[in-house]
Amino acid sequence: MKLKDLLELKEEYLVSGHRFCAGCAEPIAIRIILKMLGEKTILVNPTGCIEIVSSPYSENAWRIPYIHNAFENAGAVASGVEAALKVLMRKGKLKEEKINVVAIAGDGGTADIGLQALSGALERGHNFIYVCLDNEAYMNTGIQRSSCTPYGAWATTSPHGKVSMGEVRNKKDMVRIIAAHDVPYVASSSVAYPADLAEKTKKASQATPGYLHVHVPCCTGWRFDSAKTIELAKLAVQTGLFPLVEIENGNVTKVRKVKSKKPVEEYLKAQGRFRHLFTKEGGDIEIKKIQEIADANISRYNL
Amino acid sequence: MSEIRCLEGSFACSEAVKRSNVDVICAYPITPQTHIVESLAQMHADGEMDAEFINCESEHSALSICAGASATGARTFTATAGQGLALMHEILFISSAMRLPIVMAISNRALSAPLSIWGDHSDTITNRDCGWMQIYCENSQEIFDSTMQAYKIAENSDVMLPIMVNMDGFTLSHLNERAIIEDRKEVEDFVGDFQPKYTLHPDKPVAMGCYGTPDFYMEFRRQQDEAMKNAAKVIPKVNEEFLDAFGRGYGFIEEYRSEDADVVMVIMGALSGNAKEAVDKLREDGKKFGLVKLRVYRPFPKEEMKKALKDANIVGVIDRHISLGFGAPVTTEIRTVIENPTVGFVAGLGGREVTVEDFEKIFKECEQAAKKEEYFDYKWYGVRE
Repeated sequence: MKLKDLLELKEEYLVSGHRFCAGCAEPIAIRIILKMLGEKTILVNPTGCIEIVSSPYSENAWRIPYIHNAFENAGAVASGVEAALKVLMRKGKLKEEKINVVAIAGDGGTADIGLQALSGALERGHNFIYVCLDNEAYMNTGIQRSSCTPYGAWATTSPHGKVSMGEVRNKKDMVRIIAAHDVPYVASSSVAYPADLAEKTKKASQATPGYLHVHVPCCTGWRFDSAKTIELAKLAVQTGLFPLVEIENGNVTKVRKVKSKKPVEEYLKAQGRFRHLFTKEGGDIEIKKIQEIADANISRYNL
Repeated sequence: MSEIRCLEGSFACSEAVKRSNVDVICAYPITPQTHIVESLAQMHADGEMDAEFINCESEHSALSICAGASATGARTFTATAGQGLALMHEILFISSAMRLPIVMAISNRALSAPLSIWGDHSDTITNRDCGWMQIYCENSQEIFDSTMQAYKIAENSDVMLPIMVNMDGFTLSHLNERAIIEDRKEVEDFVGDFQPKYTLHPDKPVAMGCYGTPDFYMEFRRQQDEAMKNAAKVIPKVNEEFLDAFGRGYGFIEEYRSEDADVVMVIMGALSGNAKEAVDKLREDGKKFGLVKLRVYRPFPKEEMKKALKDANIVGVIDRHISLGFGAPVTTEIRTVIENPTVGFVAGLGGREVTVEDFEKIFKECEQAAKKEEYFDYKWYGVRE
């Protein structure tokens, strides 16, 4: 998949009128994903940023069938949609054709509250694609930490303070958790690499259940200039903090090599959520720990 | 061909599901519901049903899967009990507000703590406001019949609400009783096809589950209320069709020797059997006692209840649940629709037996209350003081 091929796909399925923040990475990722899946797609979307900005009653911004049900059950609702299509086609109540079922959720809806329903759906092997758009906190409710919030980051429920340097846990490794289900296709991607995301979406739709974990910087929650979304997403990959990998049937089959690795400071200093690491005493120790996390990623995947 | 069989309430339920052309079945095992899902699994394994049978990882997901499938146009079935229904609580509201006509069997079970696998109505009465219709059955026949009726009621275009078919845990779910199991073709013809107006399909994209701002939320709730009112009209119509097809029928309530009765007991579910026996025994002694069985709890049959109880000197209501901090919930609701003196009895919680002799005592207590004109709010019956 080349960028120019992606640019050829003019049809949009998430259209204007939505209320995503200026500089939000999510609609960029969603547009790419839906362009690749096409109009024969049913979207399941749990509660969160995407739902709130795109589906107020009477003003929804979707040109494909869309269902929101609750926060923690996207995996289950998608399972039901898929099972219904299967049985209704088998019984001749619907015409036989390929219809993609895709769930697009945030990191909270995936890694925290929705993990059980997702795990169940993957274990059952439903014919669907699950996309986690990871902006590393509960942004919709006001930047509360999730299990995907990275070490050292400020969030409203993991603030830095007199005795705290922000989030104390490492980011939950969803890619490896999903891979442990031995599903056909698991990949991480980033909004900074549209062709990569497009290619991986295609692969996920061809080898279901497929899982995509997509890094989507949030200028509102991470505290950076809304013009720098793509730059930030790139830096996360170039520092090794967000490795882009593909795991097929449990085996790592491809990684995106990082040619000139950048120190994590470059990524951290560009964001307000890490500012305390540069202004508070002991911040340098924390930055060192974050560099170790990046180095561990680099060595795990030989980036 | 219809056949006469002796079977558990659970199996009567699954025999009806098998004959109702259900597309997606998804349930999570929980006592005392397990016999329903196990028997459906076996029917599916034997190729007796063309349905997707999904083993899932929780009741919350079971109902969510049914919701997704129903929204896509599939006829769905799930079953649960007690804690399982409590775990579904969130999705109960969502599926009714999204107007998904899911049919769910409940083997009524007490809520923890202390953990109890035994029957009472605390699981469903606590969910009375979630927008699901609720039918309470008395025997295997009624479970079989109500399950197939449930699809026809729920899927009516004027209703489009989910429905619970309740059977008291163990007392009904595990009790072998005689029932006529109707011919599959005849049941299929009676139930008909599920033809929802809107489904998730790329040929005609719709958005479902959009959020409601203060400018819209109330209209959604109002429409649900109207749908419940419509259900009150549809339920008797479906019953008429059922009567034509199978020669049996059920009302919102069942009046048992209550027409000329001075003392009338109101009761739901499996305990009705014992209570009816007590009526018969006391009638032999010349007591004018009778019973009204409340079969359809939501939508609540206010007018029918008012009419049935109008001549009673006193009404005694049996509650298998307690609304802590207020009292006996069904008693409270009955009091709002009738003017007769009414007393309540909280009995049979957590599977405690209420025998024919117990009902005789309860009837006599009602009679005494009427005589002395001492009308108490509610009493605990059969509990250690």
